Amino acid sequence: MKREYMTTRDIVGPLMLVENVSGVTYGELVELEFPDGRRSLGNVLEVNEDVALVQAFQGTQGSNPSQTKVRFLGRGLTLGVSRDMLGRVFDGLGRPRDGGPEILPDKDVSIYGSPINPTARDFPDDFIQTGVSSIDGLNPLVRGQKLPIFSASGLPHNQLAAQIARQAAVLARSDDPQKVGEKLEGEFAVVFAAMGITFEDADFFMSELRNTAAIERSVLFLNLADDPAVERIATPRMALTAAEYLAYECDMHVLVILTDMTYYCEALREVSAARKEVPGRRGFPGYLYTDLATIYERAGRIKGRKGSITQIPILTMPEDDKTHPIPDLTGYITEGQIILDRNLHRRGIYPPVAVLPSLSRLKQKGIGPGKTREDHADLSNQLFGAYARGIQAKELAVILGEAALSDDDKAFSRFADAFEGEFIRQAEHEERSVEETLTLGWKLMTLLPRTELKRIKDDFVERYLPDMEG
Amino acid sequence: MEQGRIVKVAGPLVVAEGLALSRMYDLVRVGAEGLMGEIIEMRGTRCSIQVYEETEGLGPGDPVESTGAPLSVELGPGLLGSVYDGVQRPLDALEALTGAFLARGVTAPGLSREAKWAFDATVTVGDRVEAGDVVGIVQENKVITHRIMVPPNVSGTVQDIASGTYTVEQPVGHILTEDGSLEDLLLMQKWPVRVPRPYRGKLSVDEPLVTGTRVIDTFFPLMKGGVSCIPGPFGAGKTVTQHQIAKWSNAEVVIFIGCGERGNEMTDVLMEFPELVDPYSGEPLLKRTVLVANTSNMPVAAREASVYTGITMAEYFRDMGYNVVLQADSTSRWAEAMREISGRLEEMPGDEGYPAYLGTKLAAFYERAGKVATLGGPLPEGTVSGEDASADKAGSERIGSVSVVGSVSPPGGDLSEPVVQNTLRVVKVFWALQDTLAFQRHFPAIDWLTSYSLYLDKVKPYWVENVGTEFRPRRDHCMEILQRESELAEIARLVGVDALSPEEQILMETAKSIREDFMQQNAFRDDDQFTSLAKQDRLLKMILLFHEKALEAHAQGAPLKRIFTAPVRERITRAKYSEEDQMSVFDEIGSDIETQLVGEGLKVGDAR
Ligand SMILES: Nc1ncnc2c1ncn2[C@@H]1O[C@H](COP(=O)(O)OP(=O)(O)OP(=O)(O)O)[C@@H](O)[C@H]1O
Ligand SMILES: [Mg+2]
Repeated sequence: MKREYMTTRDIVGPLMLVENVSGVTYGELVELEFPDGRRSLGNVLEVNEDVALVQAFQGTQGSNPSQTKVRFLGRGLTLGVSRDMLGRVFDGLGRPRDGGPEILPDKDVSIYGSPINPTARDFPDDFIQTGVSSIDGLNPLVRGQKLPIFSASGLPHNQLAAQIARQAAVLARSDDPQKVGEKLEGEFAVVFAAMGITFEDADFFMSELRNTAAIERSVLFLNLADDPAVERIATPRMALTAAEYLAYECDMHVLVILTDMTYYCEALREVSAARKEVPGRRGFPGYLYTDLATIYERAGRIKGRKGSITQIPILTMPEDDKTHPIPDLTGYITEGQIILDRNLHRRGIYPPVAVLPSLSRLKQKGIGPGKTREDHADLSNQLFGAYARGIQAKELAVILGEAALSDDDKAFSRFADAFEGEFIRQAEHEERSVEETLTLGWKLMTLLPRTELKRIKDDFVERYLPDMEG
Repeated sequence: MEQGRIVKVAGPLVVAEGLALSRMYDLVRVGAEGLMGEIIEMRGTRCSIQVYEETEGLGPGDPVESTGAPLSVELGPGLLGSVYDGVQRPLDALEALTGAFLARGVTAPGLSREAKWAFDATVTVGDRVEAGDVVGIVQENKVITHRIMVPPNVSGTVQDIASGTYTVEQPVGHILTEDGSLEDLLLMQKWPVRVPRPYRGKLSVDEPLVTGTRVIDTFFPLMKGGVSCIPGPFGAGKTVTQHQIAKWSNAEVVIFIGCGERGNEMTDVLMEFPELVDPYSGEPLLKRTVLVANTSNMPVAAREASVYTGITMAEYFRDMGYNVVLQADSTSRWAEAMREISGRLEEMPGDEGYPAYLGTKLAAFYERAGKVATLGGPLPEGTVSGEDASADKAGSERIGSVSVVGSVSPPGGDLSEPVVQNTLRVVKVFWALQDTLAFQRHFPAIDWLTSYSLYLDKVKPYWVENVGTEFRPRRDHCMEILQRESELAEIARLVGVDALSPEEQILMETAKSIREDFMQQNAFRDDDQFTSLAKQDRLLKMILLFHEKALEAHAQGAPLKRIFTAPVRERITRAKYSEEDQMSVFDEIGSDIETQLVGEGLKVGDAR
């Protein structure tokens, strides 16, 4: 069967309409050869009788209808996976970018993966100590979770993600409180997918990983700002295919960082617009939710397998707007979100985690006796409550003046300041154990009237509240 | 069977030719792997098919085979405790076949063909039976007696029938119909999901679905057979609220549809429900639950079908005379599935790209809820077990209900969008979740000012009879206090609390107590997740007593600070955690309020 054609009719943006084809299938991988000899990959988005709609991952610049060769490869888009990927850097389509040799694949797998059967999932419940108080104390991450960072331009999301990647450790579980908290050694790996970010940002991650020698346990897929935009649609799937191999076949605990999902979504929008699809909000396609879900839902744990995939997608909110479709739909899929706040950042607080709207939905599964400490949940609830009230008191003070506050409100307002200054704020290279984080939380509790500690069980207050006189 | 061939593939939509004898909504098998699909449009010689599985690798020329039957579900023993995808493939069976990841072209019947069930006949040879009549029972588990019914559209005389052990495919007997044909009587029925199951007549709802969630039961009650929606932005608490209702409500059967949501949430139910004990029966909750799990990353056409699969199962249990509650999480994802398919069909889009028939489809779905007099005669003796909550129904008309709770996930939390708006036209209860409440960790984050229940009048006789005559007035009084609080809060925000009169300050304090000591309910605390109506009433009574006595104490000269810091406040705060059988706690708190406020207040006043 003839598999090579020069019958392109239309070229629109990244799309090509190829006529008089036969035997073409939906999703099929395509190789394009442009008049100047340049080659590019693509895939079939739609096939109608003898007409195929092809999206070109490296764009269509330099192509023309009559001289462009279109070869249908008879298979879908795959990634050759192997343990040897560790320590290597690939481009957004999974080809070596570091000058190293081609990978000898253990096998070729479709980058689209298959959905995990819900009955085969194991519920994520191992606490990951990130060493960051605003996460560990209040919005803890657990192994197998997907917890995005909602950021905005100019905020230090890269620093925070790198800090998490550097410090993340799983703690031993035990019924003996003395033994809880020891770091577990295990095989872990970092898979990093860059979509549309600058060389500088990518380089920052690489040098962070290099500095801690974590680079040998990392796989990087880079599609940078000046790389073809449509290629980005494949990049996170490349990364997750590698991650699934490492997690479920090599028993590794894999942390996947996907950045920046905003550029990924924009690439999707570009293709959708070229297809003249009916747009949803802000021009993004109506299937954006489903498309993102096929990425984020690839996080998790599977019963009977040792490895796991934890995802930290990063996205920058256009105009700092949480209701923009990208953060909005992400929030509807992920298991919580860590939101960074420009105000805290302006006031020099790192990491500028907006604690109140941030949320880790799996936290109740990951903390408590045997995992972290018995008082963790209550303390974290109380810190939330007190901080929320402190913020309200501060707003009131802005309107009515400090003097108009009741004694209690004054205490809460002082608490909020201390909470931001001591608990949320920490250095980029400061790693706090969860013990230290909790101790710090209790120290702040002493700023509040004891009768206000309503969300904490009495015995915990007895046991953990430091003596103020002492 | 008729065979056609593919001419076009666009994502989940395939167009085929050569299926002239097929009908709308017939099930077809697509491609060499026989992927499941459904005909959703016919134009000339071509039909459009939505495919329930990933279509990568399909192309023009591939075969399509018609099955000649519409998408149907299998209904019978074995449903309870099962977990299915959107087109009733049992997920545990698929896991056994293909491992942890879902593969294409693999299928397994909805009901196990191997499982054997002990059947007890309740009719005898020669009996005349109509559609819906119970011919025997299978004690599926300790909780649910599975009543085996004559399928809709069948009636006649029992030709033969025998108690014994059967699989779902082995006839337990036969019915000789009027036209002289012999119908197999099976433990299993099949029913096309897009067709509502018939019933004798709809009835007015008159009994609340008690959920154990205080803000719902007291302020915005839902009825058995009623419909409600929970809209809210992400993370506001839709799923947790629905899980709470699935866990603690007094329905006999629960159908939970995870429609385009998270895989881990399904796993959570699967791991947690077998461990949790149904407060009414003492049995594991999973035994009264059917799970339909078509998660966000599973094929979108099957997501579209999942709500129909779920509601057909709900109707089937309703027809047996049970009260069923169906949860759909999230109806927005269902609507989006419709939108995606509609887009591929190149239909003219309506609001925000949704098809113009969105409203009709939503209304038709919610209309399948309701309290009904079912087909078939009253439940015969012996088909109702002693512990069954519907025991009193034996011998009377058979009545069943389906209540529907649908979550809605509006983009950006914007309630003006089409799914919310179309849903509001049909539902009677609106639980509006607010993210501002969720940020304050006020859970359930149901906004008391905008939520409503249109069942307040219908539930009243039940409340009077079963809770007490004072419950409704207390509830209304609390609502008034909360309304007033929202007005006063505005003033306090501008000029400070001290500008309010002492009476107003007391009201603000009471409102806070209603919010914190009554409405806030932690789903993850064993001693908080369920509260009976009786206890809800006692809590309200306690809070209002404090309010009344605080006003009295103030009138007699007690300073506000003294009133607000009375030691009994501590007990009021913890009252919601008290055990259900420890109602005497409330008497003690009541007398504490009397002595500490009025007695103490007087003393202080005198001392001045
Ligand atoms: N009644 C409750 N008690 C305690 N915590 C709650 C309660 N309701 C919600 N939460 C908290 O809020 C989080 C989010 O709730 P939930 O998952 O139900 O949100 P959702 O509205 O379904 O969001 P999405 O639309 O993204 O699915 C929970 O993980 C939990 O931490
Ligand atoms: Mg939810």
